[in-house]
Amino acid sequence: MELDFSFYNWDLFKNFLQKGLLFSLQLTLVATIGGIILGTILALMRLSGQKLLATPATWYVNLMRSIPLVMVILWFFLLMPSIIGKSIGAELSAYITFIAFEAAFFSEIVRAGIGSVAKGQTAAGQALGLSYSQNMKYIVLPQAFRNMIPVLMTQTIILFQDTSLVYAIGAYDLLKGFEVAGKNFGRPIEAYLLAAIVYFLICFSLSRVVRKIQSKVAIIR
Amino acid sequence: MPLIQMQNVSKWYGSFAVLTDCSTNIEQGEVVVVCGPSGSGKSTLIKTINGLEPFQSGTIMVDGISVGNPKTSLNALRSQVGMVFQNFELFPHLSVTENLILAQIKVLKKDRSTAIEQGLKYLNRVGLIEHKDKFPGQLSGGQQQRVAIARALCMQPKVMLFDEPTSALDPEMVGEVLDVMVQLAQDGMTMICVTHEMGFAKKVSDRVIFMDQGRIVEDCTKDEFFNDSGNRSPRAKEFLSKIIQQ
Repeated sequence: MELDFSFYNWDLFKNFLQKGLLFSLQLTLVATIGGIILGTILALMRLSGQKLLATPATWYVNLMRSIPLVMVILWFFLLMPSIIGKSIGAELSAYITFIAFEAAFFSEIVRAGIGSVAKGQTAAGQALGLSYSQNMKYIVLPQAFRNMIPVLMTQTIILFQDTSLVYAIGAYDLLKGFEVAGKNFGRPIEAYLLAAIVYFLICFSLSRVVRKIQSKVAIIR
Repeated sequence: MPLIQMQNVSKWYGSFAVLTDCSTNIEQGEVVVVCGPSGSGKSTLIKTINGLEPFQSGTIMVDGISVGNPKTSLNALRSQVGMVFQNFELFPHLSVTENLILAQIKVLKKDRSTAIEQGLKYLNRVGLIEHKDKFPGQLSGGQQQRVAIARALCMQPKVMLFDEPTSALDPEMVGEVLDVMVQLAQDGMTMICVTHEMGFAKKVSDRVIFMDQGRIVEDCTKDEFFNDSGNRSPRAKEFLSKIIQQ
């Protein structure tokens, strides 16, 4: 088998990849931020000790964590039109699905992060007269998030890889860009090889960034 | 009227009694040392005073406010009862100054500059003003505990609770923390201290409470406790003789 790399050039990036890369990165960013916010709310609901809040949150998290992401993506995309009467498009559908799905995973990370803050810290906050929510906001969550940063960032890298699953609903992401380019040049193997290299480089450099950030935000103990 | 009135306070987990019928009164300005073997309920007893440990029966009144009453705002009560912990429990993600002002701003609703002024006044009093911008992790254990005392004092509490404040410290740092506590006692602060530092008890305490198995076994003046051991219970005598041997 002979490989032909002659189409590896700037035009390839401009015409086929740029749009997909941008969408993959946007989806990662939006799903991370949305997922952490919703995940934190879910975690606080589960830790609240109020059955009315904890039970639905637990169910939601367990449900989402038990279904493959690609199925959630598909189902949401296929069911939405029959519920609201019109299609919302692959991209918006992807944003919503990813936030909803990732929230379940982030909530477990946040829950573990809150658990990692020493009990005595809460007691100290209480002893000073801080309310439950003040204690969470000023004492527990800031420390929990610092402890969680490596895991959160790792989850974000996994999330970036998972964005490729939107191929199932035909959204144009980075992988789709390589697929289209491979078909266009009649060189699918070379295209997917480059795809692997690009995904590797992005994820590897992100994991180096995680290390840097980790040492910067760590609490001096 | 005593500042703190504790009547028949009992607490249990299932069939295990943590506190049984504990009663005592603490007057304004009094310094009370609570001692006893580990597991005797000393820490639990003082934590019932600011509601950190709930109790099943009995009553505790702090300056006329009932701790056990569900209608009592525990947050408001706690802001008037200072507490110092064995493991300091400074907030490691906040600077020393931020540690001192957080509750003043969020609980007492003071403005930032007033809170800083107050915070630095007490930081100066515990002799650590030059460390105001450091983080807790950059301080020694003794220094952290002094900051923790300053943090509690910033709230201008009516009473200070100390839960084994020197137990987690290296021996050479115990002195600096005790010095701050002695100063505080001499300034007239009402203090309840769970401690094994009998030197401190002899020097500044007015009264000693000795606990064993969740009960207050002795509640007497320090002279009676240390110098009149003939009239003490066998359990207290045994405890004292071990302490003296050390």
